[in-house]
Amino acid sequence: MEEQLFKDYEGKLTKKIIEEVKAEVKEQGLTKDQTKKVLEYLKEEYDTAKISPGEAIGILTAESFGEPGTQMTLNVFHFAGVAEVSVTQGLPRLIEILDARKEISTPSMEIYLKKGVSKDMAEVKRVAALIKETKLNEIATEFSIDLTKLQVEVQLNQHRLKDLKLKPDQVAEALNANMKGVKASVNGEKIIIKTKAEENELMETYKIKEKSKEVFIKGVKGITQVLPVKNNEEYVIITAGSNLKDVIEIEEVDETRTTTNSLFEVLKVFGVEAARQNIIREAQRVIEDQGLDVDIRHIMFIADAMTTSGTIKGITRSGITGEKKSVLARASFETPLKHLINASIIGEEDDLNSVIENVMLNQPVPLGTGLPELVTRGKKETAKEGKK
Amino acid sequence: MPKTIKIQDHILVPKHVLLTKEEAQALFSKYNITPSQMPMISAKDPAIKELNAEVGDVIKVLRNSQTEKDAVFFRIVKAD
Repeated sequence: MEEQLFKDYEGKLTKKIIEEVKAEVKEQGLTKDQTKKVLEYLKEEYDTAKISPGEAIGILTAESFGEPGTQMTLNVFHFAGVAEVSVTQGLPRLIEILDARKEISTPSMEIYLKKGVSKDMAEVKRVAALIKETKLNEIATEFSIDLTKLQVEVQLNQHRLKDLKLKPDQVAEALNANMKGVKASVNGEKIIIKTKAEENELMETYKIKEKSKEVFIKGVKGITQVLPVKNNEEYVIITAGSNLKDVIEIEEVDETRTTTNSLFEVLKVFGVEAARQNIIREAQRVIEDQGLDVDIRHIMFIADAMTTSGTIKGITRSGITGEKKSVLARASFETPLKHLINASIIGEEDDLNSVIENVMLNQPVPLGTGLPELVTRGKKETAKEGKK
Repeated sequence: MPKTIKIQDHILVPKHVLLTKEEAQALFSKYNITPSQMPMISAKDPAIKELNAEVGDVIKVLRNSQTEKDAVFFRIVKAD
């Protein structure tokens, strides 16, 4: 019986509200009549809370972001907890998200591990070492040049090698694979790097020495720092640098919860819908970290606008603002002359359908009561009254 | 052994459902819209890879939003 009552309100109220009412009714032990009263009242409130047609939600969103934006820190770096991983926060980060920058200033990942491994500190440390990008100079103690043989000799740090479960011949193999024009071989505890070229000069050898320091040996490319952090009974690896695609391929990593703050990486690996979700998450995190409060609907609206085309487009002149149909609207945002000149050359037309171009021309804007147009039926023909 | 990754299982990925041609038509007439007015999703989008969607198909997305459980959203598949 009661179920039927709730069913009647499906579509009139959101599922979430109905579920909350259901739980509350059970707890309070309300009768059917009382429940109906509650639902009726809720429906009324819900309808008044709805945005009316013609409301300028874009401007509302802009204001809702703009005002708290003035209170945000301009301090770019913040060190998360005791950890030494720094993350961009505040206004610079918000701008980064909304502009949909491809290269963000501090990419970072949160790597969750599978249930079996995530609680064991030693295992977590092992996986973290596996993920971290290791370059040759991190596992070497000394780089020297043998002047008589014109070759580079690299003394390896045995402790580091043991930690990373690496063998000298594996290091030599990695060098051969990732460095062009050289041949690396193992000689006891040393690695010998020689050029393949016939002519061998000291200058060339010196260059090889400097180059070899930055050669990628092991780990996931792009992950420069790893840091296991305890988070509700389990360990999470926070990283500096991001490479979602390669990290989720690792056996011990829980690919269902691992995330990154790079919007475009999420787009590439998980698609637009996940990217939209990530925009919301990241924007909300920035706002909450600053102790501010912006309604989630504004953030969702921006995320929707940024992802309607199937990829992420920032709010920039090359992104969604640049796609506005009206020349005047585009010109009012950035680089006005460029837009006006180009439009004049190709003879673009402006239908004056939106807000900003009508403001410029001192006409009523199509918002709220300015939105509906008056249509009258004439005596003989159907005439549409033009704009005033 | 390479790990098999199920994109649908990720916390950020909402459920994607492919609509039949009739369902899509019903949607257009319900909202009185043309396909060109719809939000888009790339045919190469990783989340719809397994649905075998063709260009012009409509994808229904059931988002687990903070304001509504299973908020429904539609996207049309576009050529890349």
